[in-house]
Amino acid sequence: MASITINGKKYEVDDNITVLEACRKMGIDIPTLCYDDRLEPHAACRLCLVEVKGKGKLETSCSLKVKDGMVIETHSERVMKTRKEILDLLFSNHPNDCLTCDKSGACKLQDYCFEYGVEMGTYEGEKKDYPMDYSNHFYTYDPNKCILCGKCVRVCSELQCTDAIGLEKRGFKTKVTTPFDLGLATSNCVSCGNCVAVCPVGALMPKRKERFRLWEVERVKTTCSYCGVGCQLELLVKGNKVVGVEPAKGKANNGLLCVKGRFGYSFINHPDRLKTPLIKKDGKFVEASWEEAYRLIVSKINEIKDKNGPEAFAGLTSARCTNEENYLFQKLFRAVIGTNNVDHCARL
Amino acid sequence: MTNSIEEILNTDAIFVIGSNTTENHPVIGTVMKRAIKRGAKLIVADPRKIELAEYADVFLQVKPGTNIALLNGMMNVIINNDLHDKKFIEERTENFEEFKELIKDYTPDRVAKICGVKEEDIVKAALIYARAEKAGIYYAMGVTQHTTGTHAVMSISNLSLLCGNIGKESAGVNPLRGQNNVQGACDMGGLPADLPGYQKVFNPEVQEKFESLWETSIPNRAGLTIPEILDAAEKGDIKFIYIMGENPMVSDPDINHVRKALSNLDFLVVQDIFLTETAELADVVLPAASFAEKDGTFTNTERRVQRVRKAIEPVGDAKPDWQILMGLMNRLGYNKKYLHPSEIMEEIRRVVPQYGGITYDRIEEEGIQWPCPDIDHPGTKYLHKDTIARGKGLFMAIDHRQSAEVVDSEYPFIFTTGRVLYHYHTRTMTGRVEGLNKLSPRSYVEINEVTANKLGISHGEKVRLTSRRGSIITWAKVTDIVDENVLFMPFHFAEGAANYLTNTKLDSIAKIPELKVAAVRLEKLGS
Repeated sequence: MASITINGKKYEVDDNITVLEACRKMGIDIPTLCYDDRLEPHAACRLCLVEVKGKGKLETSCSLKVKDGMVIETHSERVMKTRKEILDLLFSNHPNDCLTCDKSGACKLQDYCFEYGVEMGTYEGEKKDYPMDYSNHFYTYDPNKCILCGKCVRVCSELQCTDAIGLEKRGFKTKVTTPFDLGLATSNCVSCGNCVAVCPVGALMPKRKERFRLWEVERVKTTCSYCGVGCQLELLVKGNKVVGVEPAKGKANNGLLCVKGRFGYSFINHPDRLKTPLIKKDGKFVEASWEEAYRLIVSKINEIKDKNGPEAFAGLTSARCTNEENYLFQKLFRAVIGTNNVDHCARL
Repeated sequence: MTNSIEEILNTDAIFVIGSNTTENHPVIGTVMKRAIKRGAKLIVADPRKIELAEYADVFLQVKPGTNIALLNGMMNVIINNDLHDKKFIEERTENFEEFKELIKDYTPDRVAKICGVKEEDIVKAALIYARAEKAGIYYAMGVTQHTTGTHAVMSISNLSLLCGNIGKESAGVNPLRGQNNVQGACDMGGLPADLPGYQKVFNPEVQEKFESLWETSIPNRAGLTIPEILDAAEKGDIKFIYIMGENPMVSDPDINHVRKALSNLDFLVVQDIFLTETAELADVVLPAASFAEKDGTFTNTERRVQRVRKAIEPVGDAKPDWQILMGLMNRLGYNKKYLHPSEIMEEIRRVVPQYGGITYDRIEEEGIQWPCPDIDHPGTKYLHKDTIARGKGLFMAIDHRQSAEVVDSEYPFIFTTGRVLYHYHTRTMTGRVEGLNKLSPRSYVEINEVTANKLGISHGEKVRLTSRRGSIITWAKVTDIVDENVLFMPFHFAEGAANYLTNTKLDSIAKIPELKVAAVRLEKLGS
């Protein structure tokens, strides 16, 4: 354990953690743009700077381990002024289009500019002017909005292990790009969207069919319905429609998703969805009420059971449905119809 | 899985056999790649040069249907190098001597010929696995969908027992389950011989327990599996089939046979979210709610029971499957009513020992891994911890057997199937997602470039594939991912469906069809 002082208050903390982690544990909010607790500390955005007694320059708290006796100021005048300066620098080279940016409301740069009172970028001069990359089917990349925190690159490399994107060139010309700058569609990107999920600004954005503001949507945490990994995700809901998916941190996925879980949701509100029972009459399906459908099924079950007995029935339950539904399905066949002819696609 | 997904990170050796993990379980694929970056060794055995093969310390491009020979060969090397875990074998297993006797015959040079791989690679793979402190085996349908599938799983179990790689963290036997809730559907008794919790239908005590809870009598003779059901339907013995959320007209072997069977019924009910190829054949189609429109739970491949939450109202007049089923049960005179799926889970807890401690309240934040016998139990991270579940780990002496169908002059290629990253099963869902269809628009067959050259087939042209059961037209993908005598097709597509060709021959124990090996003929179209 280490005994440290943060903003004049003493704390006992584990000695193998960073100052940022210690502060977060104690409920002290420190702004970060490049930090992600799943990644190696990067110290690129510099926003998490703090003042440490005895050190001349400000230190990035994300990469600084606590030490016994450390005295830290997280919101001193010097720290606040420096953070504001950093935000000013970032915003001076960022399009001022929050009014129409889809990220508005969930943009960390916007939030911190609000918090630190940065109304506009005061540094005049050259601004980035790159073409957008629309080539991926599921998301776009706008290098002009990119603040070079490097989270997308590190997630793609450290967690997703695809290494589709990297940082190229130096200084003002630094850019997140694909090999030979040929665009996302030509890279080995697998469209998992895990880069999009960690982008703190509007540089990497999902392509959306519906326009919405992020504060308009309700978020519902659930389990992905594709493969057996059981990734946790949030469905973004507007009206009675699923308009997006974002990863959630579950034990199995730790905030990652694949292309299907992340972007394969438009089947939910697809016009082809079955919306009413159908009964086949003269070889053609005719819309029916639930009562008509139930009546027909019940009469057929009774008729066939009387004539052929319960062993003439079979049911295929589903690996796509819930536990509760599978339980009821086999109960219907065993307890109500009276046969063990119930199986599902476990073998297929 | 005997282990948990996060345990992969700390494993010393990963042995992937018959699983294209990065495409079929993509997020588990990322964990494996992270483990490799941290220093874990990787062995890959697959008929295709899959993405993971690029990361492998040793890649064994086995001939389809030779997994048992390969595993036996590896175990031969391990025993001959005296690398087996004698203490573990002595204390926690049985039948080792008989097994050891059989393994003697599987010398690496013999196995190399059967599997079509290099002898030194078998040795290398065996040494990597045996020398690792913690080694995990990860497999999927590439192991199970064979007439010898069950035996191949037993061979995998042999390998893990031989090196004591079971019952500990990051080391075990890990089937990667393909569908979101295939684990749960099995747990809940969606199997013809198993009531919920794998309790056998023919066990009188079990029968009595369920009859008293359900207040009705239940049959005690094991039922039929899907392939048997379809056979019985074709013969006219089964008259009525109720299919919930499944599309056998694309997913099952020999689609012509499936069509005949389903068309021969007196009555077919299909309950789904779309009018699938199977629903087209139904007499009544019932509209079900999607996963976003209902509450419930799914159990993932690591046995974790997790919540599914309703986000929107069901579209149109669709209803959650549980409500449809309850409505039907009630109309058939069984009056039990549930107001919410959590009430069904309460009933499940009472009959399924592994789910005894699982309640909606407890899994609100994070899912729990079964077995979880009571409300105070934290769940089980990995299985067989102090003792093997059955008492002693049983070594099985298992010989290699060739696939039901082998190549001949008329059908000279080995045909095997699988999935791609951008589609899911029969495309009922992913087929309706624009971007996914742009990335993977149509059915195709992977052909080695040497084979393609011999037959004058170029990349992207239409070809005909014919097996003893059917014939399809699809597009050629010329690649070096498969060997010269092997053809691979994704089975997702209804048009040019791979399953017109596949074999219905079953594994005699698990009744799984041999979807991974059929003999086919390949023709340039118009020739």
